Amino acid sequence: MAGGLIVTLFVAVALLAPILAPYEPLRGQLDQRLMPPSAGHWLGTDELGRDVLSRVLYGARISLEIQLGAVVLALAVGLALGLVAGYIGRWPDLLIMRVIDVMMAFPGIFLALAIIAALGTGLANVIIAGAISLVPQFARVVRGSILTLREKEFVEAARALGEGDVIIIVRYLLPNSLAPIIVQTSLRMATVLLTASGLSFLGLGVQPPSPEWGAMLSNARTYMITAPHVAAVPGLAIMLVVLGFNLLGDGLRDALDPRLRE
Amino acid sequence: MVTYVARRLILLLPVLIGVSLVSFGLLQLVPGDPALILAGEEATEEVLTRIRHEYGLNQPLPVQFLAYLRHAVAGDLGISIQSRQPVATLLAQRFPFTLKLAFLAILVSAILGVIAGVVAATRRNSTLDLAALLGSLVGISLPIFWLGLLAILIFSVKLRWLPAGGTGTLAHLILPALVLGAASSAVIARTTRASMLEVLRQDYVRTARAKGVGERVVIYRHALKNAMIPILTVFGLEFGYNLGGAVLTETVFSLPGVGRLIVEGIFARDYPVVQGALLLVATTFVLVNLLTDVAYAFFDPRIRYD
Repeated sequence: MAGGLIVTLFVAVALLAPILAPYEPLRGQLDQRLMPPSAGHWLGTDELGRDVLSRVLYGARISLEIQLGAVVLALAVGLALGLVAGYIGRWPDLLIMRVIDVMMAFPGIFLALAIIAALGTGLANVIIAGAISLVPQFARVVRGSILTLREKEFVEAARALGEGDVIIIVRYLLPNSLAPIIVQTSLRMATVLLTASGLSFLGLGVQPPSPEWGAMLSNARTYMITAPHVAAVPGLAIMLVVLGFNLLGDGLRDALDPRLRE
Repeated sequence: MVTYVARRLILLLPVLIGVSLVSFGLLQLVPGDPALILAGEEATEEVLTRIRHEYGLNQPLPVQFLAYLRHAVAGDLGISIQSRQPVATLLAQRFPFTLKLAFLAILVSAILGVIAGVVAATRRNSTLDLAALLGSLVGISLPIFWLGLLAILIFSVKLRWLPAGGTGTLAHLILPALVLGAASSAVIARTTRASMLEVLRQDYVRTARAKGVGERVVIYRHALKNAMIPILTVFGLEFGYNLGGAVLTETVFSLPGVGRLIVEGIFARDYPVVQGALLLVATTFVLVNLLTDVAYAFFDPRIRYD
């Protein structure tokens, strides 16, 4: 349950950043540039004299915003596609699965890069790019789950009782697919943070002076030798949050699906 | 086997056409007149007319797409806006480097991952197993660009063991390959562990042990050989993901690969380069996955595909 703890802490920090942060995230003191950690600045300051701790705390807000935005969008689209493909089958399934195949042909960050290339940089486009690169995973999980459930006896029984498609989907299929969807949601919260911060690190995501973690790292690169703490902190934050969601996802999988437990 | 490969090749076609459609459509998605994007903001009406004619931009979209496909198959991916060189030439210069990097990364992660996985599976629930499990969790959670920066800081700046970037010798590639392979090592270790645990439960392993075969032979000859089949699939997938991760690794270590090329292309709004790089990487990924599946069928005689 270490995962749950990290995630709870992360969400709390994201929500309470304005209260927790000792300084303004965007305003620096130019006489305090690249200071090492001290009593006044627990995690030191960056190249513009901005408090690194405050920036990382505010960065949590941006991360959570991107993650939630992208995952909710991807879940909505993936759920719709997966449902149609799994429940209707035939040519809609064939068509949807080919589209998914094409999306999955772009490895890793490449699909997100393609979208950024077309739409441009910025927070909203990072969310869209993140969402689109997650759609295939969600669609496949939902489809797979619907395909197995469709043949189950209780669904057949419902159909024999004369229930319509909508009732069967909403009352029987979706509630029983919840477990894998919840697990995916947690794991994808991790993946999308890596993608989004990667985009920002490349300079193709959220732009400075925003305290987005990837953008912070990208800036800190220049001063890495003289002030390594400026680069260390946002990277550590990304790693912890990703680790938290991965642990949570694994834990949820074990808890919700006992068959998968070793 | 031949029919299986043939069928997989035919199934590949719609995916490749779809991939080209995405790469072609990129230019259409960009707001603005494609001719203006290709010619640059200060182009005269005369130049625009010529570009429209040259690229067939005054033709209907389906006709344009077919022309794009025809040219792409012939290896003509257009001209880079920035360098005025053929995109195919640029890709030919940059892609081998990325392939080499991704290959080295998968090699490193295969060795590390399989060893860690076997050790973890054979010493189940020991401290070593726990360490491997935790290590692989951290491995898949590390932002690759951060790991790269840390590696430079420690091994290049502090210890001065390895160069921080650039190319030339194999030493230049050690850090990038290790960094790029970190996540793959973690995934391979996890798969190896699970696959080994599954195999070690099998009757033939018990038989081997019962007839007095040494534990080392049981694990490496009897168990690992059979456990390798699912691991093999992961190699293929991870190789593809390494192509994706190469974008970040090449940026951190300033390496002249195709990942760097595409990022520079996006910055410079050099769309032909971006389109060409996307097409090349996706096609490679799809082909690698096909090869992995074929290898899978080849190595596991229990699987029959017809």
